[in-house]
Parts: sequence; C-alpha cells; structure tokens
Amino acid sequence: MNLNVLFFAAARDVVGTDTVTVDVPDGSTVGELQQLMIQRTPQLERWSVALLWAVNNRYAGCDQVLHASDVIACFPPVSGG
Amino acid sequence: MIELTTEPIDYNQLTESVRDHAAGAVTLFLGTVREFTRGVQTSWLEYEAYPDMARASMVELEAEAFQKFTVTRIAISHRTGTMALGEISVAIAVSSPHRDQAFEAGRWLIDTLKERVPIWKKEHFADGRKEWQHPGMTPQANTKGAKP
Repeated sequence: MNLNVLFFAAARDVVGTDTVTVDVPDGSTVGELQQLMIQRTPQLERWSVALLWAVNNRYAGCDQVLHASDVIACFPPVSGG
Repeated sequence: MIELTTEPIDYNQLTESVRDHAAGAVTLFLGTVREFTRGVQTSWLEYEAYPDMARASMVELEAEAFQKFTVTRIAISHRTGTMALGEISVAIAVSSPHRDQAFEAGRWLIDTLKERVPIWKKEHFADGRKEWQHPGMTPQANTKGAKP
C-alpha cells in the first residue's frame, strides 16, 4: 500500500520535503515505517529516538498498524507556547 | 474557544470571551517573544504548526481541563508565522467561580500545550544563526541534525 507521510519542522528540513509517498507491505507498523524512512534518509537516524509519529491527528506508538487511508505525520519534539 | 492564527492575538477580545456571570475570577496567560535566552540574543521567532493536529490537540486540552477543573469558560489562541520581540505567541484565558481553579487550569493548560500540541519554534539569533527548538534534544544533535 502507498502511504503519504507529512514531515514538520527540523524533520522536514532533514528529509528535504514536506510530504513523502512510500510503498509498504499491508499491515506495516509505525516502527517499520520509521525504519524504512531511516533507510531512505540516513540523516534521520540521529533523530530517531526523539521522532514523534501521529496517525489521524493522534500520537501513535511504534506498534500501531497503518492503513492506506491514514493521515501520517512525523516530527521532532514540540516546542510551541 | 480554540484558535490557531497567523494574525496578532487580540487578548482583550480573548479575555472578554471567557467572562461570564457564573465566574468570580478570570485569568489570562500570555506567552511573549523573549530577547535573551541563557545569554543568547534573539532577533525574532518563527512558529510552525501541524495545523489540523494542533487544533485537534487544543480542543482535547480544553475538554480535559473542563474535566479536571471547575472552570466556567476557556479560550486558547496560538499564533504561527514570524514574531518580533515582545509579540504574543500564545494566549490562554480561563474563568471560574473561584480564583484557585482559574489559576490552576491556566497553568495546566499552558504546561500541557507545550508538551503536546504540535507546534515548533525556530529561533533566529542576533548573530545570524537560526535553530529549531526541540526540548530533550541536545543543542549539538539539534545543530547537526538540521544539516544534510
């Protein structure tokens, strides 16, 4: 299945674009998607412990299973306020 | 009332929006752009949001605050884009029957907003450097990570 992943702030700067489309096997998890993104963009590796993932506007853990219709986002620790 | 805006925050209007005859207290918190952080001079700040999730997160915060505290009304506004020194990046107004709850809810709202709502701050320093602020990441990792 194809997934669109949105990137924000420093994560977007590292990836170099705000949206990436990736083809992953059905049933893939957030953790597997992160591994794939790090393979594609090795510079993400040093951020990996801090990267946050959101699925459908909610924070998601590594075990969460992804679906083609999901809105997926990846970003560094937040610093609003 | 929840708002994510690129316009200057009208905190008078925000404060008025929580006033209510059931309330005996109104608190207002303003987050403003600070010139010096640990001795380093800031020229201006840039805020970026993941707009859909930021709004959804602030709506959740508001609902949680109504459950945790005895408050009458809540208004939260966060601004994004570039802001000069002294400008207001966030405003939170709370009204409650008695003052303790308005103070406590306002404190909890700004603390939790800073932990949870997907908004990021980029410092533009007076010496020309610019740097995303990411709590929990070392400045070194921060600087290196931002380079290709």
